[in-house]
Amino acid sequence: MFELLVILIPVLPLAAVLLNGLLGSRYSHDIAHRLGWGSVGLSFLCAVGIFVETLRTGVAREVVAYRWIFGGDLTVNLAFLVDPLTCIMMLVVTGVGFLIHLYSVGYMHGEEGFTRFFTYMNLFMVSMLLLVMGSNYLVLFIGWEGVGLCSYLLIGYYYDRVSAAKAATKAFVVNRIGDAGFLLAIFLIFVNFKTLDYTQVFAQASQLSTGMATAIALCLLIGAVGKSAQIPLYTWLPDAMEGPTPVSALIHAATMVTAGVYMIVRNHVLYDMAPVALTTVAWVGGLTALFAATIGLVQTDIKRVLAYSTVSQLGYMFLACGIGAYTAAIFHLMTHAFFKALLFLSAGSVIHALSGEQDIRNMGGLRSKIPWTHALFLVGTLAIAGIFPLAGFWSKDEIMAHAFTHGQYVLYAMAAIGAFLTAFYMFRLTYLTFYGRSRLDHHVAEHVHESPAVMIGPLVVLAVLSVIGGFPGVPPESGWFHHFLHPVTVAAGGGEEHGAGFGLVATLMVVATAIALLGWGLAHYLYSVRTEAADNLAARAPGAYRTLLNKYYVDELYDFLFVEPAKRLGVVWDWFDRTVIDGIVLGVGRLTQSGSAGSTWIEKHAIYGLINVVGYANHLAARSWRRLQSGKVHHYAAIIVAGLFILVHLILVWWSGSSGIGVASR
Amino acid sequence: MSDLTIQSNGFPWLTAIVFLPLAGTVLLFFLKDAAVRWVALGVALADFALSLPLWILFDPSTPRMQFAEQAAWIVSPPINYSVGVDGISLPLILLTTFLTPLCVLVSWTAIQTRVKGFMACLLVMETAMLGVFVALDFVLFYVFWEAMLIPMYLLIGVWGGPNRVYAAVKFFLYTLTGSVLFLVAILVLFFQGGQTFDILLLSRVEYSSTLQFWLFLAFFAAFAVKVPMFPFHTWLPDAHVEAPTAGSVILASVLLKMGAYGFLRFALPMLPDAAAAFTPMMVALSLTAILYGAYMALAQADLKKLIAYSSVSHMGFVTLGIFALNAQGIEGAMMQMINHGITTGALFLCVGIIYERTHSRMIADNGGLAKPMPRYATFLVIFALSSLGLPGTNSFVGEFLVLVGTFLWSKPATAIAALGIILAAVYLLWMVQRVVFELPTGRTAPTLVDLNLREFVTLAPLVVLVFWIGFFPNPVLTPMHASVNHLIEELDEADQVIAEHGTGLPDMATRRRGDAAISPCLRVSASPCFVHLSLKP
Repeated sequence: MFELLVILIPVLPLAAVLLNGLLGSRYSHDIAHRLGWGSVGLSFLCAVGIFVETLRTGVAREVVAYRWIFGGDLTVNLAFLVDPLTCIMMLVVTGVGFLIHLYSVGYMHGEEGFTRFFTYMNLFMVSMLLLVMGSNYLVLFIGWEGVGLCSYLLIGYYYDRVSAAKAATKAFVVNRIGDAGFLLAIFLIFVNFKTLDYTQVFAQASQLSTGMATAIALCLLIGAVGKSAQIPLYTWLPDAMEGPTPVSALIHAATMVTAGVYMIVRNHVLYDMAPVALTTVAWVGGLTALFAATIGLVQTDIKRVLAYSTVSQLGYMFLACGIGAYTAAIFHLMTHAFFKALLFLSAGSVIHALSGEQDIRNMGGLRSKIPWTHALFLVGTLAIAGIFPLAGFWSKDEIMAHAFTHGQYVLYAMAAIGAFLTAFYMFRLTYLTFYGRSRLDHHVAEHVHESPAVMIGPLVVLAVLSVIGGFPGVPPESGWFHHFLHPVTVAAGGGEEHGAGFGLVATLMVVATAIALLGWGLAHYLYSVRTEAADNLAARAPGAYRTLLNKYYVDELYDFLFVEPAKRLGVVWDWFDRTVIDGIVLGVGRLTQSGSAGSTWIEKHAIYGLINVVGYANHLAARSWRRLQSGKVHHYAAIIVAGLFILVHLILVWWSGSSGIGVASR
Repeated sequence: MSDLTIQSNGFPWLTAIVFLPLAGTVLLFFLKDAAVRWVALGVALADFALSLPLWILFDPSTPRMQFAEQAAWIVSPPINYSVGVDGISLPLILLTTFLTPLCVLVSWTAIQTRVKGFMACLLVMETAMLGVFVALDFVLFYVFWEAMLIPMYLLIGVWGGPNRVYAAVKFFLYTLTGSVLFLVAILVLFFQGGQTFDILLLSRVEYSSTLQFWLFLAFFAAFAVKVPMFPFHTWLPDAHVEAPTAGSVILASVLLKMGAYGFLRFALPMLPDAAAAFTPMMVALSLTAILYGAYMALAQADLKKLIAYSSVSHMGFVTLGIFALNAQGIEGAMMQMINHGITTGALFLCVGIIYERTHSRMIADNGGLAKPMPRYATFLVIFALSSLGLPGTNSFVGEFLVLVGTFLWSKPATAIAALGIILAAVYLLWMVQRVVFELPTGRTAPTLVDLNLREFVTLAPLVVLVFWIGFFPNPVLTPMHASVNHLIEELDEADQVIAEHGTGLPDMATRRRGDAAISPCLRVSASPCFVHLSLKP
């Protein structure tokens, strides 16, 4: 029963993929979307069952589906590992996934390729579930690449848009760079442990040298950085906003992009042995958190602001991993899934209401027109900004407190500044979208409408989760959440200390709240009280403003450094192939032909005395490319065969001279 | 040779499979033109059906040659009609019989002139290719090996594109040059290996290292051209561009495998010392091919050229795996051979299908096909994803095993090969972006019709294989294990001999393995580097 439930979790959406993918054109959209969200909903129920069972027994179990690859001394099963970490991830993925699927029914209504959309979304669920449920690195890797594929397909959903097609390719290619690092890590693991199973690898991990552990951890980090859009591979995520908004919510905010965090936490045994790698993770995370937040300050596309905020929040999770606060990382992953899905979907509701408008400069004053959406977006903003006692407050505070109590003051400062910026740009977004005077195009303004219940319903659930989602992690570092995850995130022998005193923890909470309120206050001042102040500020520092607006010109830099040279190298090598290599080949051919002409001439004159002077004059005079190349195969063949006979003859003479032909040499 | 072969149980399976297409060719000449296509398809399908029992009856537990048949052909010198299959040739035989019907199908309307001759060429080609994979006698092998050239030459030269003669000549020149040196090597083996052309017997002979060195070079000339390995690859893009679709498919899917098969069947078991000594060079050439092919593919504006160069890159993985000289590498290489046959064959079919509609192979003329041809677009995207080695598709299994094998040999080499994986995503997805996505660019785009039933039937089996091998590779991998392990044992044995007798005078005489110690003059250092290969006079 347990095994069956576990296997059903990914198989149910897979069945929907096959049905919708193969037969979807034969039945109505109603059946297609019911299959879509229905299968994910059932998966969620199965996941709840598995979760309850795991909660009761407290044991990690492995479920083998079948033997997948078998070559030499390498055997890989398609198998699942069910432990507390898997349970949390499964619940988040299927739960949030289910809500987003439901929302999509309304959001995607009437779109061309409706069935295709649900097929891809379900395929994404299958891949993501393989990713979080796999019991070895290769199943993780199938899921890893599978979610990348679905991300690619869904970013390019509006494939006839050039920008969407480009963004899709970019996302896949940048992810591939990370995947190459991930593959190298898998090879290193296989060479060192002769297995790819988590349990066996972690059990033997202590035998690893620090250097090797560091190498593996850093290669894994390359993969994680690609998938989770961290510096320097974050550039694909903002462009990924070309996909439909539910895709941005599910894949590019709540689930897929957190895969890197999951992977690091899953491999924390290896990371714990490699302090250098851990420090790298922390700094990558800290820098990304801060860097992406600064770009988010000035963006004007509602989804792009949210995209940079996602990059920034993922940075917090990496930072948490890097300072050893694995539980906090997963905690923030979970709460972030709630409030970021909420924010994206409410943003989708705004876009839906405004007939596709995404530029916040053309919004404003929507509060009264779409009150539900406004309220829901506001809840999301409060949660992400870290306002007490919403979900984001608890998880972000825990990360920052952990950094402070473990002496990582620089990282703490970066996180704190990042938190201030987050509160600022999120409230800026809220003010510009929902408050002030309306800057709507009057055509758009006439059609503004609140979204249907099928869209608002899931949002309400997410809003509730964004409010209460932090409570399982209260009190910090010793809440229910921490006890549940304790067997997974704490290495044998080690342990997360619970040393910080209550006074310090409380002080840090107050500081965190003050930072968030400060950001809110500044946004309120600039975008609600003195609305011209923001423009003045931008005008006063045009260089800085333009740099931020153009995202520090990183895309341009990468184009200049990598993309253009690669294309040019291809062209140069193409030239090399056609001129140099072919030149040699044809030169040899020409030489052979002359030789052939000569030898044939001798043959014809000296031996047979047959002359065909005209033909030969023609042949030798034929200088043009075509004439030179056409119809002369027999010449090449003749000379080659002649040479062959000579060689064979020589060998026969040689060997018969040394060993005697016809006499057995044995 | 009961210890090397298992005789066929009454029915001459291999003879039947190899010569059925040839018999079909004879039949074709008595038919009216209208029936030619159907009969050719029937013969090809019958041959595929006939080859399936091989796979079912094949005993995967032994490395011995199975379904063997032997008959004297020429008494002096002793040349036999001797055939058999093992785990190395079995998958390639099935690949060949599987793809030939698809080649007939895709040529159904594309070939309008001299249909009879065309179908005859395809079927003769099939006999020759199958003959190469089953031959256990060097002369027989060579006959089939050379026989392949003629129908291929005709396929390109008669039914090819505007520049077909140039391409055909280039193809002919390259391959014939390699073949000639190969023939010389066969003769040398005959005299040095005990006056026999029996491939299995010759594989058991221990050759002196000097001899191995020269023989390897001769084999290399023949096989490297076929693979093709850098820098002997420039015939490939021209041949592909000019060949008709079926010709491209056969060329890419089966003909390119001949070189790799040659390395596995001859170079490794017969010349293990030389193979080990040449490994650094072979790996360097493979890595060059992987990256070079990928960059070249990136620069192409012609779809066929793009896929041709991607073949160079993918075949680089095959040779890389073979010369990792371990079980994962070689099994991965064999998987990659099969997968490349399926995926690249499929991509060429796709190009052929669009060429029939737009009469252009240029990417610029075939943009935005997703709108007018959604089914076609789906197929093309699936094959492109398979080609870039997405997990869950066939190619991943092969590439993964190759990379594991290579990693065991050298970490930097694997890192370089991994770059090839990134580049594969770049050139393939960029192609997909321009051909499938974005707005239609072709003049004919609005009038394009999606796949018809015949085309759908041509592509659908390949998609099934892509996912089937991707998720359940064991039916393909299992038959290989015994043969590959046997090969590895032989290589290890050679390694040990070298380790025990690292120095000594060159000895041109040959002995059976197990006789007095040989004295290799090739020294293979523990850290593989070509500089360590010292050839004493």
